[in-house]
Amino acid sequence: MSILVFVEARDGKIKSNSLEAVSEARRLADEGSLGEVFAVVPGSKGEGAAALGAYGADRVWTVDHELVARYQPESFVACVLEAVKKSSAQVVLFPASAMGRDLAPRVAGRLGAGLASDCTALDWQGGALVATRPVYAGKAISTVKIAGSPALASLRPRAFPQMERRPGTSAAVEVLGITLDASRARVRTIEVGASEGGRVDLTEAEIIVSGGRGLRGPENFHLIEELAEALGGTVGASRAVVDAGWRPHAEQVGQTGKTVSPKLYVAVGISGAIQHLAGMSSSRCIVAINKDPEAPIFKVADYGIVGDAFEIVPALTEALKGLRVGS
Amino acid sequence: MKIAVCLKQVPSTDTRIKIAPDGKRIDPAGVTFVTNPYDEFALEEAIRLKEAKGGEVVVLSAGGQGAVAALRNALAVGADSAVLLKTDADPDALAVARLLADEIGGKGYDLVLCGKQAVDDDAAQVGPMLAEMLDLPCATVVVKLELTEGKARATREIEGGVEIVEMPLPAVIAAQKGLNEPRYASLKGIMAAKKKPVEEKAASAAAAKVEIVSLALPPARQAGRIVGEGAAAVPELVRVLREEAKVL
Repeated sequence: MSILVFVEARDGKIKSNSLEAVSEARRLADEGSLGEVFAVVPGSKGEGAAALGAYGADRVWTVDHELVARYQPESFVACVLEAVKKSSAQVVLFPASAMGRDLAPRVAGRLGAGLASDCTALDWQGGALVATRPVYAGKAISTVKIAGSPALASLRPRAFPQMERRPGTSAAVEVLGITLDASRARVRTIEVGASEGGRVDLTEAEIIVSGGRGLRGPENFHLIEELAEALGGTVGASRAVVDAGWRPHAEQVGQTGKTVSPKLYVAVGISGAIQHLAGMSSSRCIVAINKDPEAPIFKVADYGIVGDAFEIVPALTEALKGLRVGS
Repeated sequence: MKIAVCLKQVPSTDTRIKIAPDGKRIDPAGVTFVTNPYDEFALEEAIRLKEAKGGEVVVLSAGGQGAVAALRNALAVGADSAVLLKTDADPDALAVARLLADEIGGKGYDLVLCGKQAVDDDAAQVGPMLAEMLDLPCATVVVKLELTEGKARATREIEGGVEIVEMPLPAVIAAQKGLNEPRYASLKGIMAAKKKPVEEKAASAAAAKVEIVSLALPPARQAGRIVGEGAAAVPELVRVLREEAKVL
């Protein structure tokens, strides 16, 4: 009995979403008497691998090979399948990052295993993995039980605590003995492009400032960008302004966009259509700025200011800049 | 070229979800069902490819009789034929992928397109699962697709940017919003669709490995308070964000 965690490394550095997954694996293993926690890290020469022990990994398998230097689906699938075999894992966890969301269903397809995607809570009950996951972009919460072994789950980034459950403990690090076949690696990366300014992605952001129709035109979005900058946050947008071509779809929050749960979500000139609310209602603190006091956004906001965004937003940006200088 | 497009019928995104008395599914009363928005991008891409390069577009759906509406709509915007893999069971993603793989495999498709996820269960599994079952290369979350000389070049969204990948055809591509602007069916298209075939096949889905235990509404958010009006309220907002919410 054991739990296996797929750990994502980018440029050799282990991502925080994977520390969350290892922490949760340890909790599950301890509470469900599931034995050891294994981790497999394709694309790692071993940097930071032993330190996964502090988060609860007992053994870590690394794979250093040009085919896994960056994400290559077939090779990553092969690494995880090999680790599943070696560990006889009953549960396999993935971060529900871009990489994990691409990889986990492939592994599930190969194993004929059940997969719960983008989970926000996990439990081991009566010998089965039980997962809580938002559906309809968060309009409803589904609880599912996974039959068969192994049971697979991907964990929504930032939904699970990253905890050093065994401070100071080192994991045993070994090379995963696997021969990767270049002829199987059919999907090849040609180019990787970062978004402008290398901003934090919406799904990883602690603070999000989103703009909607109330901004009246794309030329006014600098107000949103400046406020986001002052807060150290990421810019989001409503579907209305994305569909109007004011902002790129990568910034869309809501159903058919991104589901987010930052520490602070500031909605400017967004009335709060149901599909937008679905995507951001799990934010810890919501601030709404809107000229219409009856706007549905105020029904989910913790704090609101009624009025003209063109006056309020620059004043808020200035006040926050003052705060930064002062603190 | 021969293209398969996989479709799912889902509640429209403006649906206010109500839970059915069994506590496991939504109450379908008053819900408008539509083609999954991401599948519409897949369908549009298939039709554009057919217009540019010639060939055939077959749309497929695994599900109940309701899915016929999504298939008819696809025929109206330009697909050539449709297949309903009819199942009364509530199949999970793995079972759906298996049904689709059995139907698509060995029929000489050059390309299989689907949406990156369905907006009901948000699982984002069927495309990549189907690819593995068919042993085809696959790219997910695709916002741009170019086909040249037996290869597909796909731009896919990743955190904070994009990744451009290339793979040999046949391949499976899972569409993200932004891939194209889906067209509406014309009256002529709707009339023509009536003459196009929808083949219904009884399908036997495997038992779901992901079993729904319960479905519930999320805890309702309490409406907070209006801290004031206009720019004059900014100092109070900053104060409460620091002192009450402790987010600054």
